[in-house]
Amino acid sequence: MASSLSPVEFRVPPVDAVALETRVADLSTRSIKKAAKVQGLKLAIQMMDLTTLEGMDSPGKVRQLCQKARQPLPSRSDIPACAAVCVYPDLVGLAVEALRGSSVQVASVATGFPSGRTDRVTKLREVQLAVAAGASEIDMVIDRGAFLAGRYGAVYDEICAVKEACGAAHLKVILETGELKTYDNIRRACRIALLAGGDFVKTSTGKVSPASTLPVVLLLLEAVRDHFLETGRMVGVKAAGGIRTGKDALRYLVLVAETCGDRWLSPQWFRFGASSLLNDVLMQLEKERTGRYQRPTDFSAD
Amino acid sequence: MTKTDKTDAAKAGDRELTFGGVWPYAPSPESTDHVTIAPRHELFLGGQWVKPKTGEYFATIDPATEKPLSEVALAGDKDVDAAVKAAAKAFPAWRKLSGEDRARFLFRIARILLERAREFACLETLDNGKPIKETRDVDIPLAAQHFFYHAGWADKLDLLFPGQRPEPLGVIGQVIPWNFPLLMAAWKIAPALAAGNTVVLKPAETSPLTALRLCEVFQQAGLPPGVVNVITGDGRTGAALVRHPGLAKVAFTGSTEVGKEIQRAVAGRGVELTLELGGKAAHLVFEDAALDQAVEGVVRGIFFNQGHVCCAGSRLLVQESVQELFVDKLRRRMDRIRVGNPMDKNTDMGAIHSQAQLARITEMVGVGVQSGCALYQPRCALPTKGYWFLPTMFTDVTMSHRIAREEIFGPVLSVLTFRTPEEAVEKANNTSYGLSAGIWSDKGARILWLAERMKAGVVWNNTFNRFDAASPFGGFKESGFGREGGRQGLRAYVRLAGGWLPG
Repeated sequence: MASSLSPVEFRVPPVDAVALETRVADLSTRSIKKAAKVQGLKLAIQMMDLTTLEGMDSPGKVRQLCQKARQPLPSRSDIPACAAVCVYPDLVGLAVEALRGSSVQVASVATGFPSGRTDRVTKLREVQLAVAAGASEIDMVIDRGAFLAGRYGAVYDEICAVKEACGAAHLKVILETGELKTYDNIRRACRIALLAGGDFVKTSTGKVSPASTLPVVLLLLEAVRDHFLETGRMVGVKAAGGIRTGKDALRYLVLVAETCGDRWLSPQWFRFGASSLLNDVLMQLEKERTGRYQRPTDFSAD
Repeated sequence: MTKTDKTDAAKAGDRELTFGGVWPYAPSPESTDHVTIAPRHELFLGGQWVKPKTGEYFATIDPATEKPLSEVALAGDKDVDAAVKAAAKAFPAWRKLSGEDRARFLFRIARILLERAREFACLETLDNGKPIKETRDVDIPLAAQHFFYHAGWADKLDLLFPGQRPEPLGVIGQVIPWNFPLLMAAWKIAPALAAGNTVVLKPAETSPLTALRLCEVFQQAGLPPGVVNVITGDGRTGAALVRHPGLAKVAFTGSTEVGKEIQRAVAGRGVELTLELGGKAAHLVFEDAALDQAVEGVVRGIFFNQGHVCCAGSRLLVQESVQELFVDKLRRRMDRIRVGNPMDKNTDMGAIHSQAQLARITEMVGVGVQSGCALYQPRCALPTKGYWFLPTMFTDVTMSHRIAREEIFGPVLSVLTFRTPEEAVEKANNTSYGLSAGIWSDKGARILWLAERMKAGVVWNNTFNRFDAASPFGGFKESGFGREGGRQGLRAYVRLAGGWLPG
């Protein structure tokens, strides 16, 4: 499986930055109102990987987050659960325990997150441990050093190896687009992840600025759409980091709706990685229901 | 390809993408509460609203609903004469004002226009049929920008023409089309006033309301009476205006046919003339282009403003090696164009402007089908009332087909192919028009090589249908002559006295 492809395979069409951003600006003017807004916001919750990735993460913090993911707004039964909780590998077991009996998945970052600057053996071992602890989704980081040095085959091989180590767990490949800098780089890194068998491509770790941006996500959506049309294989996209408001989330969903369409409008194929987004989405939903904005303290701080 | 890829690839039938089924957007109509339309509009002469001497009025309608919006005065010969006289009367004092003072009026007009932007956007959409998204984001801001831009030049004309003394021409007769009613009025009026001329403007018969409302802005800005006069009417009114002996210059934007008539009418009279006429622009897509973005460019090029754009990229010339892929992408993209109520903020394509234009488009599409070109239109429900036409693409088009040669002025794209850059240039220039062209390529050297060879007034590179007040706009060949916008545009509104002086 882990055999390097020829460089020709990694060739990608060029990206025009100005025109890409123009398209995003145009789609950002979509006006999402009433029923569409409520549906979109609920969908955003269902697509959310509620995330905590801090040195200070503790069992208490993770349990709190898991409860929030199961039942984001206990007073309303129509508010769906989140897609997953995303934690560091050592907290996977705890999250699995806290989420037992719910639909919420446990995702774990791995492979020396966030920098990925460790050896292959350690990376694979980390993946195996996270999976063994019960993680059903693994968020790996690509080797940006190798990528920027032009060693695309090495990046590809590593993703293949991690995919194998994941077994049945879903693999999300974090490109860390904020470090790749150019759209051409991002498109190429995405192509490598698609060829190597990633189940998702994900923008960012959240530790580098800029994290997710609309043009980058549009680019990834175009890439997975073309990959699907070419091969028939669907790959998901995860926008992670820097998405804080319900309005932002709806803008991302518009990109999904108008680039990839109906197939991708599900938690199986599109995710948000976020920590503070959820409360704003809840606040917007309450506003749609009651016609008024509630106080921020009406929503649990997790 | 991995193993799973191959298994899934076998199910090629499952590979279609569908849109709008899972998450349909709720209607989001712009409110029109803040727009009141008077049941009747008079002529704007000498700073006053004046009843036409003809005593006649005609209706202007909303093309999306066919409902009448208002009655508008029909100006006859005597009204035209009165308008030119009012402009002539205002001219001496207006030209004598310092550039700084003229600038003050233009700045004021621009600011009031922006303050009333929502009202103007709604009114334009109602009267024209174009989507609110475009009037809000393109027409109105650009119109204001033209006043801002030319306000900046009004006191700096000497710097534009060093060593020469720029002087105003006098009374300018301006006739504008229906596709960008307010924007065209701004394009014409702003440079004329900046240079010290006075104006008689005749808006299009079918879209006069925003130009008339602009007169309210002039009043609000305290513009001296007679500096701008607006007369409404049909072709006869326009003909009377361009034949009036009191004019120093005629500026016209519209069809090539009418442009030629005007040129005949002013011949030998010592009247200056600029014409901005039709087009059949080539939009070139090379195999190395950023194809996904090129698709957006092509869509913007031909479906923007329902294709009612003189510089529309109506001929797509795509390199044969990527033709199939590109046309596939385009087809899929066309399926997602939202056609319908122009007042809905999510509408991408509104109503065709008039019944006459709809008939013309329908006829030309019929010609295309009869001549064996392959037609593609997305499946999309259209409103029952009003004038509508689906986004349309013809493939299997060759250079000799009528749909590849004649301006359709609607949302109809003809797809042709080329093999080499030389062939692309030859085909792009093989037209009687020459207003604009577009090039999509990732190779800088190639773009410059091509741009040098395009016989077109505007060449867009990796974009299309982008406008700016600082950028001159105008055509080659049957697309007219003279430029609008930028320093070049101002040149057409001054007489240079004093000759060349060294230094």
